[in-house]
Amino acid sequence: MLNKEQIAERIAKELQDGFYVNLGIGIPTLVANYIPTGVSVTLQSENGLLGMGPFPTLENVDADLINAGKQTITTLPGSSFFDSAISFAMIRSGRVDLTVLGAMEVNDKGDIANWKIPGKMVKGMGGAMDLVASAKNIIVAMQHTNRAGESKLLKELSLPVTGLGCVKKVVSNLGVFEITERGFELKERAPGVSVEEIQNSTEGRLVVEGDIPEMVFD
Amino acid sequence: MNKVVENANEAIKGISDGMTVMLGGFGLCGIPENSINALVKSGLKNLTCISNNAGVDDFGIGLMLQGKQVKKMISSYVGENAEFERQLLSGELEVELLPQGTLAERCRAAGAGIPAFFTPAGFGTEVAEGKEVREFNGKHYIMEQAFDSDFAIVKAWKGDTDGNLIFKATSRNFNPLMAMAGKITIAEVEELVEPGELDPNFIHTPGIFVNRIFKGVNYEKRIEQTTTI
Repeated sequence: MLNKEQIAERIAKELQDGFYVNLGIGIPTLVANYIPTGVSVTLQSENGLLGMGPFPTLENVDADLINAGKQTITTLPGSSFFDSAISFAMIRSGRVDLTVLGAMEVNDKGDIANWKIPGKMVKGMGGAMDLVASAKNIIVAMQHTNRAGESKLLKELSLPVTGLGCVKKVVSNLGVFEITERGFELKERAPGVSVEEIQNSTEGRLVVEGDIPEMVFD
Repeated sequence: MNKVVENANEAIKGISDGMTVMLGGFGLCGIPENSINALVKSGLKNLTCISNNAGVDDFGIGLMLQGKQVKKMISSYVGENAEFERQLLSGELEVELLPQGTLAERCRAAGAGIPAFFTPAGFGTEVAEGKEVREFNGKHYIMEQAFDSDFAIVKAWKGDTDGNLIFKATSRNFNPLMAMAGKITIAEVEELVEPGELDPNFIHTPGIFVNRIFKGVNYEKRIEQTTTI
């Protein structure tokens, strides 16, 4: 089974040289720590920065320079600042090559829920609805099951939807899944996790074809 | 025409109970601290506030929520505020949550003379309820309308007495958009200079959009998450 860092590390393998990438809050943020050698990507932070750098040293902390997760950050050479309308212009017009988001639920049609639990938790959608409505390529980073052991890869969402038919790939603690019209196509297993375990933990339509390789980490 | 006012108390004159007020900032970054403190002291009630976030419990708009001054909040993300969540779940506070890009564009549209626009964000979700849906080139979009706001309050890094504004780093966020969108726009700035001292090449908000400007004091600039290497 993968821990959060490993989920991020696996997703980082999807990055291609020259990509503009938006990383959501939580596990997606960790993807920046595993950008493969020789691959150069530009990170977009939807609060108004293209070319986000690493966290600052303590003496370089600047309250006016944060990412969308409200963490203090730095800029890299070639970065730019802009207002929120320009930021979402980039997103809606499809200029961002890859978006990585967390999710509470995903279904086998690629619908995603990640902004609200009616009556219990309301944090809001932030930029997620704009991102999922327009991004060309969305990968979801998530735990496969909830604390009660119930699948979060579902036939139908139980929570309010964030966007329809937008998720292309899910990397969970159990495996890598491509979402096609046939459902969740299992592509890789997490180390030590059997196909049977994945079948037992997946409520949505699951497609298992041939030998499913175990993920390899460097 | 003199746009300069002495302080935040002067700047917020004319805001009255029940009005709609836009407040710039993303999280606590780039929020108009002086004006928010003046609004808290004013005791104004039943305000509708348009702001991406609602501050934290003891800072920013969170202070206005503690004082039960806000009737309705229009935001995109409110996850950092327990009092907000409590008032929302108990029904004391009316809340309209919008996709962040939609929130930004509804500000921009208001300041650009555009009454409405179509966006794909929120199609098929609760956000689309009651809104017109149209199909363009095979994709679905929902109609969103420009905001109608009595006042907009923004925070800039530098400004001149004609109201020209320059923002710093990611504290720009919603500020230039809201500056365009208020019937009356108030700008508080860290540095207030004479016309001619700011290079016209680097003005973010032209002074035409700003009605009142003042030099803020004692900026706390609280950081929500200090992350370092």
